[in-house]
Amino acid sequence: MTTALVAKTGIVADTLTVFSRELRPVLRNPFSVIFTMVQPLFFLALFAPLLPGDSSLQWFVPGIVVMSCLFGTSMTGSNLLYEMQTGSHERMLVSPLRRPALIMGRALKEIVPMLAQTVLLVLVTMPFGFTLNVGGAAIGLVILAIFCVGLGALSYTLALASKDQEWMFWGVQQTLLFPLLLLAGMMLPIDNGPQWLQTMAKFNPLTYVVDAERLLFNGTIASGTVLAGLAAAVVVAALGLFVGTRAMRKA
Amino acid sequence: MTEAMIETSGLTRHFTVRTETVEAVKGLDLRVDTGELVALLGPNGAGKSTTLRMLTTLLAPTSGTARVAGFDVRTQQREVRGHIGYIGQGNGAGHSQRGRDELVSQGRAYGMTASAARARADELVESLDLSAVADRVVSKLSGGQRRRLDIAMGLIHAPALLFLDEPSTGLDPQNRANLQEHIQRLRADHGTTIVLTTHYLDEADSLAERVIVIDHGSIIADNTPARLKAEHAGDRITLTFDNATQAARVIGHHALGIAEGAQVSQSGAQVVLEVPGGAQIAPKLLRALDDALLEVASVEVTRPTLDDVFLTLTGRSLREDVSLKEKKA
Repeated sequence: MTTALVAKTGIVADTLTVFSRELRPVLRNPFSVIFTMVQPLFFLALFAPLLPGDSSLQWFVPGIVVMSCLFGTSMTGSNLLYEMQTGSHERMLVSPLRRPALIMGRALKEIVPMLAQTVLLVLVTMPFGFTLNVGGAAIGLVILAIFCVGLGALSYTLALASKDQEWMFWGVQQTLLFPLLLLAGMMLPIDNGPQWLQTMAKFNPLTYVVDAERLLFNGTIASGTVLAGLAAAVVVAALGLFVGTRAMRKA
Repeated sequence: MTEAMIETSGLTRHFTVRTETVEAVKGLDLRVDTGELVALLGPNGAGKSTTLRMLTTLLAPTSGTARVAGFDVRTQQREVRGHIGYIGQGNGAGHSQRGRDELVSQGRAYGMTASAARARADELVESLDLSAVADRVVSKLSGGQRRRLDIAMGLIHAPALLFLDEPSTGLDPQNRANLQEHIQRLRADHGTTIVLTTHYLDEADSLAERVIVIDHGSIIADNTPARLKAEHAGDRITLTFDNATQAARVIGHHALGIAEGAQVSQSGAQVVLEVPGGAQIAPKLLRALDDALLEVASVEVTRPTLDDVFLTLTGRSLREDVSLKEKKA
C-alpha cells in the first residue's frame, strides 16, 4: 500500500490544490473579507462627501474599488509569514507541490475577496446615486483580477524575503502603500498637481489601472487608457509571479 | 541484501554566519536500509536537523550526495518529496484551517483523488483519536492534539519513509508515550522506514533499534543502543564506605581483582568501578571485600545510559546540553 496512494500531478492540479486550500478559510468565514475593507469604507463614507460636484461618486467609487483591492491584497503575505512561523509552509515545501503552484495558487485566491469587495462597494454606493456600466465593469474586473494576482504574488515575495522578521514585511508594506495610493490619484486627481508629482505618477502602474477602471465603470471601453491599464496589470502580474516563483524556489 | 532507503556520501553543509563559515554537517556517510527505525541523537546544534533538512530537500547540500528512496536529493527533488513523509518541528496544519480540511489538501498535494484523500483522512482521524476535534480550527487545539494532527498529516499518503524532526519536544509524558507507541505501530504494521532526530536520551534508547550519535556535524557512533552501551560504557558499581580513609584502602586491594579490567576511581568515601556485567560481579566483589575485612556500607549497581556513552565519546554530558537549552527556552 505504500506508494499506491501517490500519483503524479500537473501544475494545474497543484495550483488548484493550493488555491482551494487558501480559499477555504475565506469560505468558512466570509466576514473576514470585510475586515480589510474597513479603511476603504471609511474613505467612502467620510471623504467622498467632501468631493465637489454631483457626479463625484462616479469618479471616486472605481478608485475605492482599486484601493480596497490594494489594501487587502498587499497584506496577504502576512498569512504566509504566519505559516512560515508555525510550520505549515515548511510542510508544503516538503510535499511534491510545484514551486510556481505554491505562488500562483495563493495569488489567484486574491481574486475572490476582491470580487466580493467590489460587489459590496457597488451595492452600498448605488442608493447614493452611483451607476454602473455592467459590461465595462466586467472588463474592469478582469484587469483588476490580473493586477491582484501580481500584487498578491509581490506581497508573498515580500513575506518570503522577510523570513523571521515580521517588522520588515509590515515596514515595507506600510511604507509603499500610501505613496502608491496617493500617486495613483485615487483620492484626488493628479492632473492639477505640480509637474514633478505628475511625473512620479507616470511611473506608478497603479495610476494606469485606476484610470482604466474609472473609464470602464462609466462605460468607456474602446480607449487607449483601458489598454494601458491592462498592460500595467499584466506587467505587475508577470513581475510578481516571476519574482515570487524565484523566491519560492529559494525558500 | 536489503535495499538502501537512504544513502549519503560525503554529505556536507556549510553556513556562512557574517564572515565566518560554520560547518554544520561534515562529510556524512550514512546508509539506512528499508524497514529500519533510526534515531539521530546529539546535542542542540550538532547537525541533526540540518542533516534531516538536506535529506528532505529543504536544504541543498554544499557538497556530497544523498539518495533518498532511490532518488537524488539534488536533481530529483520532486520524486524524493513524493516518496517521503515529513513531520517537522512546527505544526504541519495551518492554524487558520480546520484539521480535516488540511488532511484532505495534504492528500491532494500528493496526487490522491479527492475521495481517496477524504477516506484516508477519516481513517487517520479515527486512528489518532482526533474525531472530536478534526473539524475545529487548528489554533483552537491543544498542543498534544496538534501534534497528533501533524502525525496524521505526515502519514496521509502512507509514505514508505518517514522523517520526524524532534517529534516529542514540548509534549507532556503521556503524549510522548502515545507518540512513541504510534511510531512503533507504524513500523510493525506497515514496515515503514523511520528516521527521527531527538535530544531525549530515553526516547532514543527505548524507541530506536539503531542510534546514530552526532556531534559537531559528524557521526561519532552508530549502533544499537545496547551495543553502544556495552562498547562505550560499562555497568557502574558504586561502593560506599564509612569514610574516605577506608575507601582509599580499597583502591589497589587484591580483592578488586574479581572485577577484572574495571576502571576504578575514588571520590570521597565512594569507590566507583566501571565494568561490563556489573550485576554478576557485585555479589562476588562484596564477598571478597568482606573476606578482606573491608566493610562496605552500601552498594549500588547502575546500568549505563546513552548519556554515559555520549560522555565517554565526547567528554561532555548530553543532559547538561539539554538542560541548558531548556533553561534558555
